[in-house]
Amino acid sequence: MKRFVSLVLAAAACFSLLCLPVSADGLDLDESYYSRFRGKDISINVYNWGEYISDGSDDTLDVNAAFEEATGITVNYSTFATNEELYAKLKSGGADFDIVIPSDYMISRMIQEEMLLPLNLENIPALANIDPRYLNADYDPDGAYSVPYTWGTVGIIYNTTMVDEVVDSWEILWDEKYTNNVLMFSNPRDAFGITLKKLGYSLNTTDELELRVAAEELKIQKPIVQAYVMDEIFDKMQGGEAALAPYYAGDALTMMDVNPDLAFATPKEGTNIFYDAMCIPSSCQQKEAAEMYINFMCEAEVAAANIEYIGYSTPNAAAYALLDEETQTNPISYPDEELKENMEAYIALPEETNLLLDTLWTEILTTDDQFLTWMMPVLLVAGCVASVVKIAARKRRRAREMADY
Amino acid sequence: MFKNRAVSAPYLVWSAIFVIIPLGLVAYYALTTRSGEFTLDNLARVGQYAPVIMSSILLSIIATIISLIVAYPLAFIMSRASGNTQRTYMMLIMLPMWMNFLLRTYSWMTILERNGLINRFLELFGIGPLTMINTPGAVVLGMIYNYLPFMILPLYTTMLKIEHHTIEAAQDLGATPWQVLSRVIIPLSMPGVTTGITMVFVPCISTFAISRMLGGGSSMLIGDLIELQFLGNTYNPNLGAAISMVLMVIILICMAMMNMFDDGEDKEAMLL
Repeated sequence: MKRFVSLVLAAAACFSLLCLPVSADGLDLDESYYSRFRGKDISINVYNWGEYISDGSDDTLDVNAAFEEATGITVNYSTFATNEELYAKLKSGGADFDIVIPSDYMISRMIQEEMLLPLNLENIPALANIDPRYLNADYDPDGAYSVPYTWGTVGIIYNTTMVDEVVDSWEILWDEKYTNNVLMFSNPRDAFGITLKKLGYSLNTTDELELRVAAEELKIQKPIVQAYVMDEIFDKMQGGEAALAPYYAGDALTMMDVNPDLAFATPKEGTNIFYDAMCIPSSCQQKEAAEMYINFMCEAEVAAANIEYIGYSTPNAAAYALLDEETQTNPISYPDEELKENMEAYIALPEETNLLLDTLWTEILTTDDQFLTWMMPVLLVAGCVASVVKIAARKRRRAREMADY
Repeated sequence: MFKNRAVSAPYLVWSAIFVIIPLGLVAYYALTTRSGEFTLDNLARVGQYAPVIMSSILLSIIATIISLIVAYPLAFIMSRASGNTQRTYMMLIMLPMWMNFLLRTYSWMTILERNGLINRFLELFGIGPLTMINTPGAVVLGMIYNYLPFMILPLYTTMLKIEHHTIEAAQDLGATPWQVLSRVIIPLSMPGVTTGITMVFVPCISTFAISRMLGGGSSMLIGDLIELQFLGNTYNPNLGAAISMVLMVIILICMAMMNMFDDGEDKEAMLL
């Protein structure tokens, strides 16, 4: 028993030692700003993507612990997997979050539906760290509701052992040379997004004709496509199952770590640039404390720690300066300015357009075998005939049995 | 004591809360617009998805028939085997079911892929690579693999009840093996066949993960279509509910037809 106790003590000691280097001590923080709520026993509820904050593993900075230490505010942290999940949770009113970190189009939808509170920018002095190029993007034109957290782009990830030519255009995903070697997004917004960009349209188009043209394009592409995938892409590209696939830059880096044959290209026609940004939902109880949390996330060291952990790109200029040079000059994370000119962020589409998108998408993915359309009535008739015959036979038998008795 | 209706109360409450009310909600959503007005529009719109529905039915029928063909002899052999062998068979059938459904399907992906296990094995003999994944065949395979136990188990239980004396009697009275099968074994195992068919067909037709993982997502099934209504761009529970309702009606029709054929066998039952 004694040995057990000492073992536990030793383990605890080791653990606290491990924790030491990641305390808030290393941060250079404005004490007067962050100590305002100290001792008031305040807590805030933060709702973020899974694996989307530096959490203290592998000697990284534990951001939430550092914030608690610096401010005395307790952080209740929980995670979500899709924007739609976040939306459904906020809409149903079942949870009161103080901070949420959704993506661009969801932010614009939530602004439209008055689900977000305007930020008091005076409470967020560290906003000055954010590169002005990333403020006031289309999803939040006045920058009144959100502070960008990360950004990234969609591009083409390809296997250099299977693709010899220069990859710089979406056209290559339509190239018959690569029949059965191309993967494609299985979510309609992204699939239509890159097709619209290939055609030179806006990826936020609400023009029915443009969307129908894009749908035709996707139907032309279908025989070339090996599979429509989302997360399965990691397995397939890493295992060399396919030559080309469109995907997110940050995830491409992860795949390239596993399979060095992979490379990534940003198409010249332009692409989707996506943002995840910090917002305060209208259910917020502690608005000033929430703004303090946003401010903390904008501090250079904190933002740099987060971005190193996540692997996406940072909109925070001060944090960018802290990154190592290899990351700073990586064209996958930080593409050239001229490429970025054609990039577009998603905004929320009107209801009719969303409906049209889903209908067209179903059309594309439906097997267009003609026999399936006429088989339905044939089967129905056959079933009815069989039933009638069966019932008649049974009636006849009953009659016979009755006669026998 | 078990005559007392009160003992069934827990299940009645359960089914009221988790079966009847949700079904009512499905019907309500299917028959209303987003703003809650009555409409038949949702149901009418399901018509345009006829090809999706048909291909689901077709694949499910194929999967069910193959499951039946595979399971029937196995169930019979199992029911005639000694106690220990029976337990071993049972174990082998149940073992994969202990694993998560998604995981099992995911591993089929690795087996069937172009650089997967089968193709790498064939490569040793200079054959291939064969295209196996992302085909309707792979979807059917996934369905059979996942739902075969649901076919074997009811067949096996009904066949256990067939007395061996009945078969011997048939043989004594001069029945050929084929006659024993068609006049004795098949009629007596009919309840197991119908249960098995229902238990395989119903989950097959509403499956959604299998087609996405093994079919490459290029041919949608009803399950995928319903999922798209809830987790796609448009949050459209009304259309999703309408499709679900049509699906339920299809299954109901299929089961009614099955039952009709099942009843037809009461002639043989009377012989006993």
